[in-house]
Amino acid sequence: MKSDNVLHDKDVPAVVKGLSRRFGRKLALDDVSVEVPKGRVYGLVGENGAGKTTLIKHILGLLVPTAGSVSVFGMNPVTEPERVLARIGYLSENRDLPNWMRISELIRFTRAFYPDWSRDYAEELLKMFDLDPSTKVKNLSRGERAQTGLLIALAHRPELLVLDEPSSGLDPVVRRDILSAVIRTTADEGRTVLFSSHLLDEVDRVADYVTMIHKGRVVLSASMDDIREGHRLVTLRFSTPQQAAPKIPDALSCEGADEEWTVLCNGRLDALKASAEAIGAVIVDERTPSLEDIFVARVRASRQAR
Amino acid sequence: MKIYISVNDGVPIYLQIISQIKHLVAAGRLKSGQELPPIRLLAQQLLINPNTVARAYRELEAAGIVTSRRGAGTHVSDEGSPLARKERLKILNDRIDALLAEASQLEVDFEQLTELIEKRRKTMYGESRGERL
Repeated sequence: MKSDNVLHDKDVPAVVKGLSRRFGRKLALDDVSVEVPKGRVYGLVGENGAGKTTLIKHILGLLVPTAGSVSVFGMNPVTEPERVLARIGYLSENRDLPNWMRISELIRFTRAFYPDWSRDYAEELLKMFDLDPSTKVKNLSRGERAQTGLLIALAHRPELLVLDEPSSGLDPVVRRDILSAVIRTTADEGRTVLFSSHLLDEVDRVADYVTMIHKGRVVLSASMDDIREGHRLVTLRFSTPQQAAPKIPDALSCEGADEEWTVLCNGRLDALKASAEAIGAVIVDERTPSLEDIFVARVRASRQAR
Repeated sequence: MKIYISVNDGVPIYLQIISQIKHLVAAGRLKSGQELPPIRLLAQQLLINPNTVARAYRELEAAGIVTSRRGAGTHVSDEGSPLARKERLKILNDRIDALLAEASQLEVDFEQLTELIEKRRKTMYGESRGERL
């Protein structure tokens, strides 16, 4: 019955439809839909515990949906894990690597699973990260551990690279390495990156698409271009002090006092101008909000809507 | 060519690249015919999405500031940039705006300000070399 879908989805790295997941009484994901297009960098953002890792684990087939479906290159990752995982490179949040192995042993061990493993690329990454292959995994620093995990995830040149909080807790030098690897992966034709992060400036820099998750629900999902163009941060000036925040349609948040109020809104500027005039205000400043501004406003708006 | 990206200043990254390249061309720090770094390289240097760099280059090309040919890279236009003069004036206008705001803050009126500018010009260039300005 789903044969049409399967044909259509086979080139799409990941399609998640109406995914819900319950852990006991807690609803960790609530009707989440995400489509990760080929050749793009897809950012998942949200606070700790929002459900990002749970979503990623469903894409990897490590968790079974309570409701909804997950398709990776048209396949079900739960029933066809080998075929799915062969095309994915994954860096987990905890960077779980076998502590008893040396880096060189870990590379040999991992290589055996991947026919497309590139020895040259692995060698190049070792040099780039300045890693000594004879070091035991348990003796690696936090940054070296992340670099080793990244090497393992990258060296078979996966079509889909999945990174869960890749730069969390790392120093700036290692974060640069990781971001640079992400950029390089997408610059290599047709490769796709899905990464989660709570560092919004990082997502702002590298992502083409973003999904914001808050408490298991998607609060915003769009291309970065649409997100940037669809949101404005506008400062209104009134001729007299206002006691309460002005009511503006499409406003996600409003902060200020007296004569000046700054509104983050999701709508067209000319419409906004008209509604500002209608309540006796003029626009004195207008800019593109950062992803962080938008995220904070969206989360607050979703809290109020409950 | 050095470009600085700031994520939180309210200007989309591709616009930051465009305006900085325009400034570099207007200031003569990028000369006509000079090659811009390849998209992939600049993306890696700035740690930004290559599509963002590509978009900036596309818009610079549409504005006539650069030309790009497949395989030959992206170069600053030969005819000099048609926007160069406008951009140069824009650089000055930005400074003038800042100066006017500062003067008003310090309660220096416009007449005093022009006198000050005249005085500074004489100090910098002397009486004789003033015609160029």
